[in-house]
Amino acid sequence: MDSPEKLEEFQQRIDNGEKIEPKDWMPERYRKQLIRIMSQHAHSEIVGMLPEGNWITRAPSLKRKMVLLAKVQDEAGHGLYLYSGTETLGVKRQDLVEDYLYGNAKYSSIFNYPTLTYADICVIGWLVDGAAIVNQTMLAKSSYGPYSRANVRICKEESFHKKQGYEMLAKMADGTPEQQKMAQDAVNRWWWPTLMMFGPHDTDSPNSAELIKWGVKTKTNDELRQHFVDRMVMEAEAIGIELPDPDLTYNEETGHWEFGDIPWDEFWSVVKGDGPMNRERMKARRKAYEEGEWVREAAKEYARKKRLQDEKAS
Amino acid sequence: MSTFDTIPKTKQEALVETLLRLADDRLILGHRISEWAGHGPELEEDLALANIALDMIGHASALYTYAAELEGKADEDHYAYFRDDIDFKNIALCELPRGDFAFTIARIFLFSTFSYFLYQKLIDIVEDEQFNGMLQKHFKEIKYHLRHSREWVLRLGDGTDESHQRAQDAFNEIWMYTGELFNLDEVDQVAIQKNLFVDTLDFREEWEKLVVDTLEEATLNVPDMEQYMFSGSRQGRHTEHLGRLLAEMQFLRRSYPDAEWK
Repeated sequence: MDSPEKLEEFQQRIDNGEKIEPKDWMPERYRKQLIRIMSQHAHSEIVGMLPEGNWITRAPSLKRKMVLLAKVQDEAGHGLYLYSGTETLGVKRQDLVEDYLYGNAKYSSIFNYPTLTYADICVIGWLVDGAAIVNQTMLAKSSYGPYSRANVRICKEESFHKKQGYEMLAKMADGTPEQQKMAQDAVNRWWWPTLMMFGPHDTDSPNSAELIKWGVKTKTNDELRQHFVDRMVMEAEAIGIELPDPDLTYNEETGHWEFGDIPWDEFWSVVKGDGPMNRERMKARRKAYEEGEWVREAAKEYARKKRLQDEKAS
Repeated sequence: MSTFDTIPKTKQEALVETLLRLADDRLILGHRISEWAGHGPELEEDLALANIALDMIGHASALYTYAAELEGKADEDHYAYFRDDIDFKNIALCELPRGDFAFTIARIFLFSTFSYFLYQKLIDIVEDEQFNGMLQKHFKEIKYHLRHSREWVLRLGDGTDESHQRAQDAFNEIWMYTGELFNLDEVDQVAIQKNLFVDTLDFREEWEKLVVDTLEEATLNVPDMEQYMFSGSRQGRHTEHLGRLLAEMQFLRRSYPDAEWK
């Protein structure tokens, strides 16, 4: 059990704004929450490669093909250092991976929606990465050192992705009638799922208070969501895209944009595994993992043989 | 003899042909490797394969851009998106389906080994500054592709029984497509005369030595060098796989050719 004195001392460090490092004492519950959040973040980066990877071979110019390939590569990189960051908490990457492939671990539900047209790629860059940046900018101030630093690095790359997505979407919104149709349709489909990325309302979010107390998060789900909506309304208007919410209204008093009801039934359904692409995404990831097993085994066996040879030689 | 090829007469025509041949190989192979994105055997390899694909497509794009400048075409996309399979000059080795990881590694290894020697020789003789600058820049990345794929040939060949068998099958299957790496036609002969290309026979032995040494170190058998070799792709006589690859790659761009997509 964590003693009250130690807990008090830990809380004091958090309140002083100190970073917690891997070798520092931390409450078991803090460790568990971080493993959950960091590994979910890592899984999301990896599953997120699939909807975007869907358009690499069909990207409409060499420039866009390279931009997309580089973006997907960045996501593999984010996954890699998030897993490494999670390993500082005393867990193994392989166990974490198997936990989402065959167990109960979650990844961001946004990736359970299909990318139907190339405009979806632009909208993922603009909205989905835009939402991720709002979240990760906050997480860059997280109390856990390795997670905070990972988010600083991720945010830099995500900002670049968002800019690329927004620029191309602006071109489509200002392009031929077909491009305009694709652009608006993609926004219509991704808008509400993107708002769900921030998680349930604060009143329905059991972990929030604890995460904020420990400085893992510094803002609530609803605060982050509002910040995002306020920005996106302006950005959508600037490129002539409509957001699919008739209830969007500016509140002069609060200085915020008020928005309609988020379809939470859909959110919980997708979280529980019943979304348009949940089964396919998991199938694709399991297939890659299982078909890659002989490759990973070969690398291990080769390394073992080399070690034996080196030992004999010395 | 190809239906469409005309033998280049001027130095510029020979340069364009050379650029397109190099670029087509790299675009098509890069495209195939990019199919791994999100499906690699481990995260590190997702990164490495995406990196190699990105390099190859980047090399192709730079070469096309120069060709477009010389020919007065709109841009690099003209060559990638608006030509049919019989116009593509890549060798069949590059267009074969993705295959398993062993096939992917065997293909990158054989192609990069060839590119390594080719670029080394080209850098020595090509006088055109812009072309030579590209070759030098891309050569650095080719060295990485060669090193990375060579390390995996060793791991797979000398790893487990399964990986050994898969690597052996991959080299056996791909071998009949390696002949085209060295084939020279009349277009190449003109380029060689104009110091824009080199006689591939000049480095065939070096290539063979590096390949054979690597396969032996990996405890793999070297496939029969005298076997039947596929040929004709440089003249547009491809396998059936290229058409489908292009159908996928080009569909959006060709569906809306007047739209801005850059």
